[in-house]
Amino acid sequence: MKKEKEKSEPTRRSFLNILWIILGGVALAEFVAVTFAFLWPRKLKARRENADSIVTAGTVESFTPNSVTAFVRGKFYLACLEDGGFLALSRTCTHLGCTLPWIEKEMKFACPCHGSVFDITGNVIAAPAPRALNIYPITIENQIIKVDTRKPIRRNSFRFEQVVYPNKKSCFAGK
Amino acid sequence: MLENNAMPDQLNLFQRIRYSIFPGTLARPKYRERYRSFFNSLILHFRPRSVNERSLRFTLTWGLGGMAVVLLCMLFTTGLMLKFVYQPVPDRAYESIIHLQNNVLFGQLIRNVHHWSGNILLIIVFLHLLRVFFTGAFHPPRQFNWIIGLAMFLGVLTSNITGYLLPWDQLAFWAITICTGMLEYIPGIGGWLQVVIRGGNDIGPPTLSIFFAIHTAIIPACLLILMPFHFWRVRKAGGLVIPRRLDEDEGSEDEKVPSIPNLILREIVVALVLIAGIMLISLFFDTPLGAKANPGLSPNPTKAPWYFAGIQELLLHFHPLFALFVIPVFMLMALVSIPYFNYQTKTAGVWFTSGRGRRMAALAALIAAIFTPISIVADEFVIDFEAWIPHLSPVVSNGILPAAIVMAGITLFYWLVKKKYSATKNESIQSVFILLTVAFIILTITGIWFRGKGMALMWPWELAG
Repeated sequence: MKKEKEKSEPTRRSFLNILWIILGGVALAEFVAVTFAFLWPRKLKARRENADSIVTAGTVESFTPNSVTAFVRGKFYLACLEDGGFLALSRTCTHLGCTLPWIEKEMKFACPCHGSVFDITGNVIAAPAPRALNIYPITIENQIIKVDTRKPIRRNSFRFEQVVYPNKKSCFAGK
Repeated sequence: MLENNAMPDQLNLFQRIRYSIFPGTLARPKYRERYRSFFNSLILHFRPRSVNERSLRFTLTWGLGGMAVVLLCMLFTTGLMLKFVYQPVPDRAYESIIHLQNNVLFGQLIRNVHHWSGNILLIIVFLHLLRVFFTGAFHPPRQFNWIIGLAMFLGVLTSNITGYLLPWDQLAFWAITICTGMLEYIPGIGGWLQVVIRGGNDIGPPTLSIFFAIHTAIIPACLLILMPFHFWRVRKAGGLVIPRRLDEDEGSEDEKVPSIPNLILREIVVALVLIAGIMLISLFFDTPLGAKANPGLSPNPTKAPWYFAGIQELLLHFHPLFALFVIPVFMLMALVSIPYFNYQTKTAGVWFTSGRGRRMAALAALIAAIFTPISIVADEFVIDFEAWIPHLSPVVSNGILPAAIVMAGITLFYWLVKKKYSATKNESIQSVFILLTVAFIILTITGIWFRGKGMALMWPWELAG
């Protein structure tokens, strides 16, 4: 009986107790929020000012078709396809993040970690990798190739829209 | 010699200092005895006053819990020492390890003790988990202590992983690349979790800071809180589970013996033998250290730390979503739920629950030991669902389909065994547990010793070549 009465009519004491609990909860929430905000990884915005993030790969003429050139600083491969188009491929395997070497003889990227194989367009030839290699946006101005390494673009497989062509197909210069 | 009523001011300086620290030690032997009992009661703040004589049998606990405590103490002391030399910055970390090994007196030894204690601790806590399970020490009132133990097991595992990165050599860098790469496959939050744990998109200076903080502060603090909680729950449960033979009933008669010296002496013996063993291993086997980490060059093969070799092996057979998320989560949930099934029979204290339970356990182990290697070899050379059914997405052909086949196999085993032996729930669950555990151990062994270049299957003696 007594308990029911207490429940139906909140006393000043019970009201203040509830208030304290709520305040404590708010304080706890604030602490958790501060911790999360503190531990949150820094935004990629900071890298935008970094001039290093845009890598000048070289002139169109300096790449022969059907070749792959490694750029250690930008951590990518520049692939010049058979038809003279360009793709900037991430060197990170999409399976678990190992660094892919380009096997010139067999014309493929072979992952040393779990045996995934990718072709020159970054498409998966052999599992376990689930999707094609990430690419970076390329701009070609005055025959000079620039690669923006700020943010990799995820893709499931290679499509022709992804290839960037120079105005003149001077990638054939080597012929 | 000195009278009992000798006043401190009648003594020389050194005696007075000694008297100030140990009042009573200058007294007659009779009083010294009493003083010893004070020390003993100090010990009894940590250990029970008396224990059941039967729970002292070495074949009940194998000293595993005590060993874990000793190893943790060794890890704390050597870890603190290493902290004075190690520098958690990518440019300095590897060099500081080299400096530790070449220029610091006993540096290599301390590093070896820390390394071997950490790795052996993982094995010891795993064996401890098996012991608790097989002696039925997870039944009420010990249910929640099983959960605390699991939490500490995960803590020890995390501690091993985070410590693995710190030397910043090729081994560390690529093993952690793979392990954090695995996070990406957790649906929904995976990508976010990976960025949070790496402190960015790639492994770099923030990753090392984060791992260092987790390894040297967060995990030790958690373990220091959970350990006393674990021990206190043991005490609240009335001590260890009391071992009994198949034909014995749960002992009700009091066969208590005082802890000093019965329990304490045994504990000291186990601790000393263990410490001697670790020292011997550390003297003869140096901790491996590869070349300095090079983000541009993945070594071939790149292997996860040995305790993840089983999961890495799963990766070769299942779609990552299953190998890294569905199967581990399923296993963890199964472990958590073990004490909360509604068991009808009381089996606490009996190894493998019963005579029938023992036969079923042996059968389960045998079946797992036969079928796991066969499945690994078959999947490596024959089965290729992705090529056979190319119009299905790989998640189905390489994930759901093989997982369903394995699941069907386990269900069939459970059903057949339950029927053949008309077993209790306790016995059937135990046999499935053994089936999965043996399978996982075989996967781990395969990953460590039977995977070579390009993760191809080969014999252990071909690995080096």
